Amino acid sequence: MELTHKDVNGTRLIEAQGDRLDAAVAIRFKDDMRILTGDGPERIVLDMKNVEFLDSSGLGAVVAAMKQAGPARRLELAGLTPTVEKVFSLTRMDTVFTIHDSAESALGAGHMQAS
Amino acid sequence: MQYSMRLGESGMADNLSLSLDANEMALRASLKQVRDYLAACGFSESFLGNVEIVLAEAVNNVIEHAYAEMPDGRIDMRLERTDTGIVIFLEDEGVEMPGGVAPAGRPHDLDVDVDNLPEGGFGWFLIRTLTDRLEFSRIGKRNRLCMHMQANQSAS
Repeated sequence: MELTHKDVNGTRLIEAQGDRLDAAVAIRFKDDMRILTGDGPERIVLDMKNVEFLDSSGLGAVVAAMKQAGPARRLELAGLTPTVEKVFSLTRMDTVFTIHDSAESALGAGHMQAS
Repeated sequence: MQYSMRLGESGMADNLSLSLDANEMALRASLKQVRDYLAACGFSESFLGNVEIVLAEAVNNVIEHAYAEMPDGRIDMRLERTDTGIVIFLEDEGVEMPGGVAPAGRPHDLDVDVDNLPEGGFGWFLIRTLTDRLEFSRIGKRNRLCMHMQANQSAS
């Protein structure tokens, strides 16, 4: 699961490139997220549009990524595909995260808050 | 024994049997086969997602717990079509489920500080939520988990 990133208008946009965030890659994902969220903008958006499947290990890794980003940074999510969204809603983790339809709308929302 | 095989309109066989090594990459490959089979049977994309979640959680539990000390374990997976959905059988030769019963899978309390949010323990909750009936049994040295899933289940 490769992660790419760019900073846009004060937001770090991280895009998950793999199609599965599961037990096979959860620990690696968490470690990579630690590196990408350790510096840079306070607002972080994880674009999950390419992730077609997420299991409870992957869900735990996303929660861990939010926790390790620390109180000074906030992790938001964007682009949840149907099965991923289902795992978030069934576990009610969709009430814990700010979730945007897409990276584009997430960046738009960030821009409006800033202005 | 009925040998009609109930080849539905899709012409697919009425069951799919797989045997896999107890590791995450073998699980990925098996889930793809299951998806392809269920799609060819004509089940909805939403149902495919539900089955994939249930199987991933159940098999991950076997890998991480039943076979924790046995990295070369095998898992037998069988899906049988019914008129309204599927029945899943999972068998392994690992350690018995603690207490001999499948966990209740209660939801977490998420009304906590961020630092105290749970990072695990969702698996059995997801399995229980997405299945209509579930039976665990220990037969000799084998664990057997049987799960019924209705295709028209409305769990979002």
